[in-house]
Amino acid sequence: MELYGAQIDSRLLLGTAQYPSPAKLTGAIKASGTGVVTVSLRRETVAGGSGQDFWSLIQASGARILPNTAGCHSVKEAVTTAQMAREVFGTSWIKLEVIGNADTLQPDVFGLVEAARILGDDGFEVFPYTTEDLGVADRLLRAGCKVLMPWGAPIGSGQGLRNIGGLRSMRAHFPDVPLIVDAGLGRPSHAAEAMEMGYDAVLLNTAVAKAGDPVLMARAFAKAVEAGREAFVADPMLPRDMAAPSTPVIGMADLA
Amino acid sequence: MTVTVVGAGVAGLVCAIKLAVRGHQVEVIERSQRIDQNACSWFAGGMLAPWCESENAEPEVVELGLPAIEWWDRQFAGVTRRGTLVVSQARDRADLERFSRRTKGHSRLDGDQIAELEPDLAGRFDQALFFAEEAHLNPRKALAALQKRLAELSVPIRYDTRLPTAGERTGPVVDCRGLGARDRLTDLRGVRGEMLLLRSPEVRLSRTVRLLHPRFPVYIVPHGDGLYMVGATMIESDSAAPISVRSVMELLGAAIALHPVFGEAEIVETGVGVRPAFADNFPDVRRDGDTVYVNGLYRHGYLLAPAMADRAADMIAAVNDKKGGQQCRYL
Repeated sequence: MELYGAQIDSRLLLGTAQYPSPAKLTGAIKASGTGVVTVSLRRETVAGGSGQDFWSLIQASGARILPNTAGCHSVKEAVTTAQMAREVFGTSWIKLEVIGNADTLQPDVFGLVEAARILGDDGFEVFPYTTEDLGVADRLLRAGCKVLMPWGAPIGSGQGLRNIGGLRSMRAHFPDVPLIVDAGLGRPSHAAEAMEMGYDAVLLNTAVAKAGDPVLMARAFAKAVEAGREAFVADPMLPRDMAAPSTPVIGMADLA
Repeated sequence: MTVTVVGAGVAGLVCAIKLAVRGHQVEVIERSQRIDQNACSWFAGGMLAPWCESENAEPEVVELGLPAIEWWDRQFAGVTRRGTLVVSQARDRADLERFSRRTKGHSRLDGDQIAELEPDLAGRFDQALFFAEEAHLNPRKALAALQKRLAELSVPIRYDTRLPTAGERTGPVVDCRGLGARDRLTDLRGVRGEMLLLRSPEVRLSRTVRLLHPRFPVYIVPHGDGLYMVGATMIESDSAAPISVRSVMELLGAAIALHPVFGEAEIVETGVGVRPAFADNFPDVRRDGDTVYVNGLYRHGYLLAPAMADRAADMIAAVNDKKGGQQCRYL
């Protein structure tokens, strides 16, 4: 999988928040086999260069860092956070979140497009957290985004893919754009479903971090993502109304 | 031979008591000038809640933490043994279910049972988990009680005193400096915690209440006289800068969600401490020569200090027997 020219081996991207401990987090990163981890920047981290211990633990995992603008509710806040993140983490990658509603954490798509344009002009490589809306997707691509990350369900809700029809048509409309389902997955079967639909990757955090055994759950998701991808590539059979016996049925009653 | 305990936070004071009770001659040295400058222990919640903590901590927290309730109860009269009530807002019901599945030692209460335990919460929540065996203490009164106990045991506490150099040392050292020990324990990191102290004569709660919160567990601990400690954030940072507006809003929002009358409370104090933690967020006792390190108590200072002090005292006994000497992970 290629994201902004970088070759990424794993199709599972993992968030780093809410784990019981850094030890569990690094265990989960390893078990997931992920090549990209998201990290959120706290102002306290920037102040006086503190919080380095936590980042060095993550950096030691060897995964590429995708900083995010989690929790930003305005374009200005998101842009400032992205600029600080570029300084702190030394990467032009940014997962862009502009939150439109505090309860559902759904993206503010107007602010998202505007922030994506500002950041793109400033040299960032933007991974926008968006909805499955095709018009918004189109504007994000025109703003310079080369990856799109539609939500599966509200962040942290664990509901899985809430709008399968919408996600299918997004995949069909943008066959050549890397599409990553970001947020809302709760179980490995949700991840497999997204991958079977032809999504390029999934990004998740809470489903692993809040599992009883985060390391084991990370491994389970890794298997599901791989299985879903292989199933997509293998081109699954289509469902049919009637049984299709593989043995001859000559002489039996015709049910048609 | 005198055992020097370095650091007069809860870990150091409990170690000093345990060592003195075992018959060692002990002194405590502390770099700050007063005990209230010892940020972590001073700003702690003082919960003795091993089952609740096990939701997010290593499972040993229960077996190591349970005896702490009895131990603190023997030290002073300020331990409140009325259990912990865990509630969630209706929209966060899944979090209550998860908490229930990940912990033991609780029973499930309905709205009427909640009102029986805490009349002021009547009609506010229709489900709760009740951890009847848990307890809490007022950390500032507990620190004062430990100091008094050490005076009875003839253990001096020398403030404004630095770590002795190798040449100045006359006996084994128990290093309980918290984050200050990062010069020796390189895998130690700081986790910032922020708290508020509110005064509300109108709200009457008699036990610790935890409100499950999507970002961090918020607890409200009644410290008597209408005082409530509301805490605590967990931020991966060793900055001890003043509390942020966002954190104040989150903590106050949780308090008001628990009971709207907290909106009328006075904000008496805000506090910030930087908790010392190892990568697994669990404490450790290590020995290197004749120095024993007690550190990484993270969120569990009052809960796990007694168990860690026992381990430290065992290691000091081994130092005196000239056994071992490798730096070792005790657990």
